[in-house]
Amino acid sequence: MSTSSPPHRPRADWPFLCGMGLLAGTYVVLIVGMIWADLTFTTPHFLAKALASPDIQFSIRLSLMTCTASTVLSLLVAIPAGYLMSRFSFPGKKLADAIMDIPIVLPPLVIGLSLLILFQMPVGKAIERFIPFTYAVPGVILAQFAVACAFAVRTMLVTFDQISPRGEQVAMTLGCNRAGAFWRVALPEARRGVLTAATLAWARSLGEFGPILVFAGATRMRTEVLPTTVFLELSVGNIEAAVAVSLLMIVFALAVLTMARAFGLRTSRERVL
Amino acid sequence: MIRVENLCIKQGAFSLQDISFSIPPGSYAVLMGRTGSGKTTLIESLCGLRAVHSGRILLDGRDVTGEPPAGRNIGYVPQDAAIFSTMTVRQNLEFALSVRRWTRERIGARVRELSALLGIGALLDQPARRLSGGEAQRVALGRALAFHPPLLLLDEPLSALDDDTRAATITLLQSVREHTGVTTLHITHNHEDAERLADLVFILSNGQVTKEIP
Repeated sequence: MSTSSPPHRPRADWPFLCGMGLLAGTYVVLIVGMIWADLTFTTPHFLAKALASPDIQFSIRLSLMTCTASTVLSLLVAIPAGYLMSRFSFPGKKLADAIMDIPIVLPPLVIGLSLLILFQMPVGKAIERFIPFTYAVPGVILAQFAVACAFAVRTMLVTFDQISPRGEQVAMTLGCNRAGAFWRVALPEARRGVLTAATLAWARSLGEFGPILVFAGATRMRTEVLPTTVFLELSVGNIEAAVAVSLLMIVFALAVLTMARAFGLRTSRERVL
Repeated sequence: MIRVENLCIKQGAFSLQDISFSIPPGSYAVLMGRTGSGKTTLIESLCGLRAVHSGRILLDGRDVTGEPPAGRNIGYVPQDAAIFSTMTVRQNLEFALSVRRWTRERIGARVRELSALLGIGALLDQPARRLSGGEAQRVALGRALAFHPPLLLLDEPLSALDDDTRAATITLLQSVREHTGVTTLHITHNHEDAERLADLVFILSNGQVTKEIP
């Protein structure tokens, strides 16, 4: 005669879930707290006064222009880089992959310093005879591009990895060469990834400060972008203006985040960040 | 017709050795073999997507072994259909014809012809990503047939279909054969498909085409 064991009663799940929720919630509280602190620190009056300043208006214009330029440049590099690394095996592929990750892990100031030294070398000096980079607007764009492009490359690599190469292969049997298959099939299928890469690159460029400070300087009405404005206003004790510009950057960042979410950042971000 | 002579394909540790067979013009051949026997590898080599180690592939007497996929003029329907999801059904059917720079009138006439043959006239302006499995297979078949290829390669086109859709697709394949007379090589591991469709059956086993049943 067999004896049945008494039914097993596991412990309740709620202590585990509450513990996890509590730990994760602290980070959400911290982020919301920071934004709330910024919002309560200033008033619409200070905000309007700061935004009316010619220095800050120049900084907003330069930020929007340089971020857009560095985003376009990042896409020009990231789309071919992501496609080649996703679709082909070639000597040095792992090395190239690792090198393109370096800007993600390098301290920002080191990137700025490295750019500065690069443009003091003969090659850099030769380039500067045609386009001045050091302490100039092209330098702002290059400093932003140096970091933002790494994120765009990672996003495009994930994007092309997620797209089956079968469609391109079929396109080639239908009469396309490799370029035709890319333009007609692969790139249209990667459009969400391209938009995600663009929004990520734009957001990274907007927040870039260290490399710009070292390589392009922090000259008012010349190489001043929004993070530089925050730094300059803080350095002269004008905290209200610094907070007003910070709030503006938060608005830009939230707008970009909303766009990125809409284009499917959630899936590609798993490998990007 | 297609003739394959002493074809060797190497892919890592796996290889297909000394494959030889031929399919007469207008015939419907079925290539059978177990999963992992190399059926898809062979079909990809025939349409130029995989390099061959040695041997020759002759299409209507022309040696296409070194030709890129685009130069072979072979219609290919992969197992997953690989419909171009960013396009409409009509754009999928037009694809090979627009690459070949046909005029709009010729393209329109060919699309009408294909949609009537395949029963997809009502789907033409639908986004391809919304198609069911059976519809996708029909569109992939139409896309591959659009440019009048001399050879059609079908990689397990029925494997992912439910019983009703499968039966309808077999009838469709018979009808396509009757109307186009295209030489066809169809990969499957299903004996029933072979019995209903094939003039010729090839068996791929242990890296070789070992048996041919007339």
